[in-house]
Amino acid sequence: MSILRSLASRDRVFDFLVPVESPVDVRHGPILYLEDVTVSFDGFKAINDLNLTIDDGELRCIIGPNGAGKTTMMDIITGKTRPDSGQVWFGSRHDLLTMNEPEIASLGIGRKFQKPTVFEALTVFENLELAMAADKRILPTLTARINGEIRDRIDEILEIIGLKPLHARPAGILSHGQKQWLEIGMLLMQRPRLLLVDEPVAGMTEQEMERTAELLTGLAGKQSVVVVEHDMGFVRSIARKVTVLHQGSVLAEGSMDQVSSDPRVIEVYLGAEAEEETL
Amino acid sequence: MDSSRLWLLRPFGERSTLIFLGVLLAAMTLVTLLHVAVPPGHPLYVSAYTVNLSGKYLSYALLAVAVDLVWGYLGILSLGHGAFFALGGYAMGMYLMRQIGDRGVYGHPELPDFMVFLNWDSLPWYWYGFDMAWFAFLMVLLVPGALALVFGFLAFRSRVTGVYLSIITQALTFALMLAFFRNEMGFGGNNGLTDFREILGFNLRSSETRLGLFLATGVALALGYVLCRAIVTSKLGRVCVATRDAEARTRFLGYRVERFQLFVFTVSAMLAGLAGALYVPQVGIINPSEFSPLFSIEIVLWVALGGRATLYGAVIGAILVNYAKTVFTGAMPDAWLFALGGLFVLVTVFLPKGVAGLLALRLRRRRDGDGSFSGKEASA
Ligand SMILES: Nc1ncnc2c1ncn2[C@@H]1O[C@H](COP(=O)(O)OP(=O)(O)O)[C@@H](O)[C@H]1O
Ligand SMILES: [Mg+2]
Repeated sequence: MSILRSLASRDRVFDFLVPVESPVDVRHGPILYLEDVTVSFDGFKAINDLNLTIDDGELRCIIGPNGAGKTTMMDIITGKTRPDSGQVWFGSRHDLLTMNEPEIASLGIGRKFQKPTVFEALTVFENLELAMAADKRILPTLTARINGEIRDRIDEILEIIGLKPLHARPAGILSHGQKQWLEIGMLLMQRPRLLLVDEPVAGMTEQEMERTAELLTGLAGKQSVVVVEHDMGFVRSIARKVTVLHQGSVLAEGSMDQVSSDPRVIEVYLGAEAEEETL
Repeated sequence: MDSSRLWLLRPFGERSTLIFLGVLLAAMTLVTLLHVAVPPGHPLYVSAYTVNLSGKYLSYALLAVAVDLVWGYLGILSLGHGAFFALGGYAMGMYLMRQIGDRGVYGHPELPDFMVFLNWDSLPWYWYGFDMAWFAFLMVLLVPGALALVFGFLAFRSRVTGVYLSIITQALTFALMLAFFRNEMGFGGNNGLTDFREILGFNLRSSETRLGLFLATGVALALGYVLCRAIVTSKLGRVCVATRDAEARTRFLGYRVERFQLFVFTVSAMLAGLAGALYVPQVGIINPSEFSPLFSIEIVLWVALGGRATLYGAVIGAILVNYAKTVFTGAMPDAWLFALGGLFVLVTVFLPKGVAGLLALRLRRRRDGDGSFSGKEASA
C-alpha cells in the first residue's frame, strides 16, 4: 500500500528545493513522539503498541534482537510505512501520519540506511556538494558555482566526519567505515533536525567503531539522533539512554546499566548474546 | 574551484580542453597549409579528396562526442544515435536539394527530381521553408532535438533504462530506416537525397568549398566539445555521474533524475544532428542506410575504443576507427567487420578504458611518479 502511494506521488517527489529552516516546534516538549503505534504485515504485528519519546538534542540508542521492529519503526517515522493505528508527531506541530516521504524529509528528518551508498566516481567533496540543500532544478544546477559559503559549509562537515584530508579523493577508494561517515556527512549537508541512523557500525573495524561513537555523540545537542544498533559494545561506548525493543514494543528503557540488569532484557536479548559469547 | 563567471567558459580553465583545442587547431592549420600552399604532386600535398575525408572524420568525431556525453557520463547506452545524425543529415539534404532549383534532370523549378519522377505535382508541406538556409539549419537542431525530447520523455518517465533503453533506441532507428525507405515518405526512398550542387551559394564540387566545409566541421567539433565539457564539469555533470552510478540514491537526494536525463539526451541528439548536417554536404548524399541499426552500434564501438567518459577519447576513437575502415575497405572490403570486431575484443580485454585510458595512465605516471595513496593514513 505504501509502495503504491509513493508510486502515485512520484511526480511530486522531492520538491524541497529551497533550504528551509526546519519549522519544527519543540517549545512544549519532545522532538519526536510515538504513541500506541501498531503495524501488522499479514496479521503479524511487527510493531505493537509502541510508545517512544525523543527529546530535542537527545542521542538515543535503540537495541533489540533481529526482527524486533527497529527498521520498521524508522520506516514509520520517515513515512515509508503507514501504521494501522497510533500517533506520530514531530515536535508539537507536525503530524507525520498526514505527510508523505519527501514532505517528512523536507521537515528535517534525515535517514541513513544500513547499506552505505555514496557516489564512488565523485570525490568526497563532490558527494557532499550534491547532497547540499539547494535549488535542484536543471538550469540552476547547470550554472551553480561553488562560492565561499558553500565551501565553508562543506569544510565544516568534512571536519565533523573527519574526511578533510581525503576531500579530493574519489569516494570509491574509501574504506567501508569512511563511506558510512561520508553518508552521515551527506545527511548533515541537508541540516536535519533529527537523524535516524540504522546499524552504522555493522562491518566496521574496532577503531572505526570508536570514531563513529565519537562522531555521533558529537552530533547530539546540535541535532537529535536515533541510532539503531545491535552491537552492545558500541551502544555501551555511546553511554546514553537506551531503549530495548522486543516484538514490536518497548521492553525496557534507561541507562545501559539499568537495562542490562533488567531480567526481562537479559532473557530476550543480552542473555542470548551472552550465550553466544560463551560459546 | 573555478574563477570563471560563466559556466560555458569553465572548460577553458582546464588543461585537457586546451590541449584538445590546440591539437585540433594545429591539425586544421596543417591540413589547410598542405592543401593550399604545397603544389600538387609534392609528397606532402594534401589532396581535396583527403581534405574531404578528414572533414568526414571530424563530423564522425562530433557524433562520437554526442554519444559519449550520454553513455559515458549519464550511463545511457544509446544504440540509436545514428537516427539523430541521419535526421540532421536529411534536414541539410533537403536544403541542398532545394538549392538545386531548376538545374535538376527534369528542370522543375521547385520539385526535386525524385518527386517529378513519382509524378507529384506539388511540394509536400514538410518541405516548405527548406529553401531558406536559416530555417533548414534550425531544423538540423530542432528535428533531432524534438524527437529526442518526445522519445526521452516517454522512456525516462517510465524509468526505462539499461539494456531495455538500448533495445528501444535500436528499434527507433530501425523503424525510421524502414519509413525512410518508402518512396511515399517524400525523402527520396532508398536513393535518398543526392546530386547536390551548392551550399550558401558556394559550389560543392570546388576544392575551396570542401576546405571550407572541413574547417567548419572542425569549428563545430571544437564548439561541441567545449559545450559538452562545460556540461560535464558543471554540478549538473556531477549529478549525471551520480545518476549513472546510483540512480535511486540520486533521486533520494532530491534530483529529478528523469529531467536531467532528458535534458542531456536532447542536447546530445542535437549535436548528433549537427554532425549529420556537416557530414552530408561532404559526402554528397544522405540515404536511409544512415539509420541502419548497425551504424548506431558502430558509433558506440568508436567511443568504447577511444575510451568512455573523457570526450577526447570519443574523438580519438572515431578518427582511428574510421581511418582504419578507409584503409581496410580499400584493401580488403570483406574483412572490415572482422577487423572491427577483433579490434573491439582486443581493446576490451587489454585496454578496458580505451585509448584515452592509456594516455591518462602515462600522463599520471609522468606527473606524480608513483600515484599510490592509502586511505587509512588520513582517517587516523
Ligand atoms: N514489508 C514487510 N512485509 C512483511 N513483513 C515485514 C515487512 N517489513 C518487516 N517485516 C517483518 O517485521 C518484523 C520486524 O522487521 P524489522 O523492522 O526489519 O526488524 P529489525 O530491523 O529490528 O531487525 C520482521 O519479522 C520482518 O520480517
Ligand atoms: Mg533492521
